Amino acid sequence: MCTTCGCGDSELVPVELHEKILAGNDRAARHNREHFLEAGVLALNLMGSPGAGKTAVLEATARAAAGKGWRLGAVSADLATDNDAVRLEKAGIPSKAITTGQACHLDAELVHRSLHGVAWQKTDVFFIENVGNLVCPAIYDLGQAANVVVLSVTEGEDKPLKYPTMFLAADLVLISKCDLIPHLDFDMASLEDALARVMPRPQVLKVSARTGEGMDAWVAWLAARRLEHGLVGKVAGLAAHVHPAAQPHGHGHGPGGHSHG
Amino acid sequence: MHEYSLVEALISRVEAEARRRQALGVHGLSVRIGELAGVDPELFQTAYDTFRAGTLCAAAPLTLRFVPASWSCPRCATPIPRGEVLRCQACQEPARLDEGSDALTLDGIDLEVP
Repeated sequence: MCTTCGCGDSELVPVELHEKILAGNDRAARHNREHFLEAGVLALNLMGSPGAGKTAVLEATARAAAGKGWRLGAVSADLATDNDAVRLEKAGIPSKAITTGQACHLDAELVHRSLHGVAWQKTDVFFIENVGNLVCPAIYDLGQAANVVVLSVTEGEDKPLKYPTMFLAADLVLISKCDLIPHLDFDMASLEDALARVMPRPQVLKVSARTGEGMDAWVAWLAARRLEHGLVGKVAGLAAHVHPAAQPHGHGHGPGGHSHG
Repeated sequence: MHEYSLVEALISRVEAEARRRQALGVHGLSVRIGELAGVDPELFQTAYDTFRAGTLCAAAPLTLRFVPASWSCPRCATPIPRGEVLRCQACQEPARLDEGSDALTLDGIDLEVP
């Protein structure tokens, strides 16, 4: 009510919020993150252009990590088809497709819903293969422990300069299809220079899913992230005893909580 | 085109705030877009104009403020020039992104309250 003269008229009030527009997504992401870490799961958000080789890198990861005894899992997002999830299953990574329809990115709530019906708690490393897109996925936190961007050598050395937000979000850039370098006019130094102009702490690994080049270093990077997050010593069959969050998934959380369908 | 989903989130937030305060109307909102927020201001405006019809924001103009991205040294605060390698030449420290450079923020709403 108008407090100046008490006339009873409505009044215009400026409400200061200074709040992130994605605050709701970030709450859902925090919730996912808590679940992953409590269950001893290293979750990674794998992003990159369509055709960068995200799925091929994961197939090769299954081969390269075989000696680690890790149980891998994935959800794989595409606008249409479950082709990638089928490929990952064949490679020995239990997977579920997330078909996004017209949506160009995953958000935390979509990832959360997709986890129902997936035995993600029983994995050691869980990949969230995002929609192939260097723009939209960059700004949505999904609850991952780290963002990995796959950038293939056929995409051009200046890609990071064109899509700075994506590379700013990356904890690691995997330069993929390195076996093709001898056939291309490709300058690795120029790509690394571009990355250093958009990432303050560029971390880069060169890999080839076809030849296996660099895959050991990638697996070592994953192992280091597991250590960093205190995800050590979990072995097949023990998870349910060690990690309380491996219990059946049913709960209500405080602000930003949700109901399960 | 994630601008549409962002505008959806924005309008839901504004409507929630309006309900909470039992507002009679929404008369304007202001949003800040950092250059590295991954959001195109023009697309955002278009998405807003498309989505606001039929919502509490139907008559509320959107004021957008664009914040250019800037980097500086976390130790000596020297600005890192645009386009340069993101490392302080003097301190050899990795650069720090200045506040607001990558933020997408709902700054405020003008609400008509009883």
